[in-house]
Amino acid sequence: MPDMTQSPSRTLSGPGLYRRMAGASIVAQLRYPGTFVIQAIGNFVTTLLSFFGIWSLFHRFGSIAGWDIGTVAVLYGLVNVAFAVAETLGRGFEVFGGEYVRTGSFDRLLLRPRSTLLLLLGHELRLRPIGRFLQGLFVLVAGLWLAPHVQWSAALVLPWAIAGGAAMFLGVLIGQAALCFITVEGLEVVNVLTYGGVEAGQYPLTMFGRWLRRFITFVLPLAAVCYYPTLFSLAHPDPLGMPTWIGALSPAAGFAFLGIMILVWNRAVAGYVSSGS
Amino acid sequence: MQTPPSLTDAITVSNLRKTYRIREGGSWRGKTRDIVALDGISFSVPKGQIAGFIGPNGAGKSTAIKILSGILRPTSGEVQVNGLVPWTNRIAHVARIGVVFGQRTQLWWDLSVAEGLALLRDIYGVEPERFARNRARLADALDLGGIMDQSVRQLSLGQRMRAEIAASLIHDPDILILDEPTIGLDAPSKLAVRAFVHELCRDRGTTVLLTTHDMHDIEALAERVIVIGHGRILADSPFEDLRTTTLSERILELDFHDTPPELTLPAGAHETAREPHSLTITFDPHQIPAPALVAHVGHLPGLDDLRISRPSIDEIITRFYADHAA
Repeated sequence: MPDMTQSPSRTLSGPGLYRRMAGASIVAQLRYPGTFVIQAIGNFVTTLLSFFGIWSLFHRFGSIAGWDIGTVAVLYGLVNVAFAVAETLGRGFEVFGGEYVRTGSFDRLLLRPRSTLLLLLGHELRLRPIGRFLQGLFVLVAGLWLAPHVQWSAALVLPWAIAGGAAMFLGVLIGQAALCFITVEGLEVVNVLTYGGVEAGQYPLTMFGRWLRRFITFVLPLAAVCYYPTLFSLAHPDPLGMPTWIGALSPAAGFAFLGIMILVWNRAVAGYVSSGS
Repeated sequence: MQTPPSLTDAITVSNLRKTYRIREGGSWRGKTRDIVALDGISFSVPKGQIAGFIGPNGAGKSTAIKILSGILRPTSGEVQVNGLVPWTNRIAHVARIGVVFGQRTQLWWDLSVAEGLALLRDIYGVEPERFARNRARLADALDLGGIMDQSVRQLSLGQRMRAEIAASLIHDPDILILDEPTIGLDAPSKLAVRAFVHELCRDRGTTVLLTTHDMHDIEALAERVIVIGHGRILADSPFEDLRTTTLSERILELDFHDTPPELTLPAGAHETAREPHSLTITFDPHQIPAPALVAHVGHLPGLDDLRISRPSIDEIITRFYADHAA
């Protein structure tokens, strides 16, 4: 366990303070290492089971609507790894309603001379999603091994897509937290975007109806961070007619979504400070 | 108070108003209604003073505290704390104040007190030497030596409150806001907290704004009391003034081994309760001094015991609100 009480101190920059808070949160989580290991293994196994469902479908039918198991495994791995990263970073936003708004401890946070986003990011660097992360990575690598026509550029585009996807899911969590200022009831609705997003991202875009396709392209840029980068990496033409190169650029949409959610968050905090509720 | 207050006010508040807009019926489309939490209050607190801020729940006390802390924007009015407007520059403002909310921890449940203080050092950007000095001083004054390495979760309420106070002072704030600092504490912990705050003010000139329901806190600490009710300041005076102007009454309790006799009392005294074996007389010592009243009743047949008490401070405040409610 690192001795944090001895480390040197100045006015730390945002990233410096984030590292300190994240370090403290890891210390706290590892205080009960048994619990952590069991949770991480549980996380790994449950997410792996969901992939077996998909795998058995493809095992039975070979390929579905022109999609092979390798491509689907890449999609699956990509969205799960991205979501695991967002879950790791965004825990403070995920629990914001219950642990900050309902208890009133958001006021406590406002009393610290730092940005609320930074303080909430530092709430917890959650180790538990490492189960989902490793499992997703495992399926992603297996998919690259199985899929035909894997491009060398995948080595750049896939990490970029993971970053864009993580930014998008983090944006969803920040948006969910901002919504907590209005209501802390019924926030399960947002799970449609997080867990629902992970589910939807596992399948090629062509498997959905037109309305849902538009939603996960233009509202929540899920297709931009999963589907198109996968097509680009595997040189798979888009049955819907978009040029393949779009997949090299589209992960930026995840960051744009995050940026919009940060603006929404700042507005929500300003509203809270004005209304006191 | 070492300096004239008019020159060195730590806090100035003028004509502060806050209205909350609430939705009726809880529905999203329901009608809204404005509730006035603060109806134009003004006061100032000189540097180094301990000011008690008291009032019942819903009086506007916590609204005022939130505005002074920079976490709530008022509807109108002016506030300066350390020369800054709290809500226009939250980060600069909160870096210079310390706040203890009695019921909300600012430490981390899963970290030790030492780790939590070190994290606060980095959040506030306290230089290492100053941090070491403050930490040693606070650990000594608040008796934290034995609990530094315990996680906050394991602390008793009294231990936790001492750690909270240390946490709120690690960055040397000029102003300390204590919101119900002794709530739920046992008697020794209350005494320790009061003694510490008293020394802090005396030795370091820290300005303290204290809200409490425990009138003993006020009596022990506050040189000055601001009574708030219905969003207005009902009184703003030295504590003893409040006690004498609002209620100068004393209570005389008499115990008898038989039924208490009928008696005629001098002007300024009257019977307020009669039990099978006791009588309670309330009197105004300005009209009838206690020794004279005791002499008057001392010869009564069957008298076993007598006690004189001042009304509790809770009663003073309760009557004070009642007088001003109209």
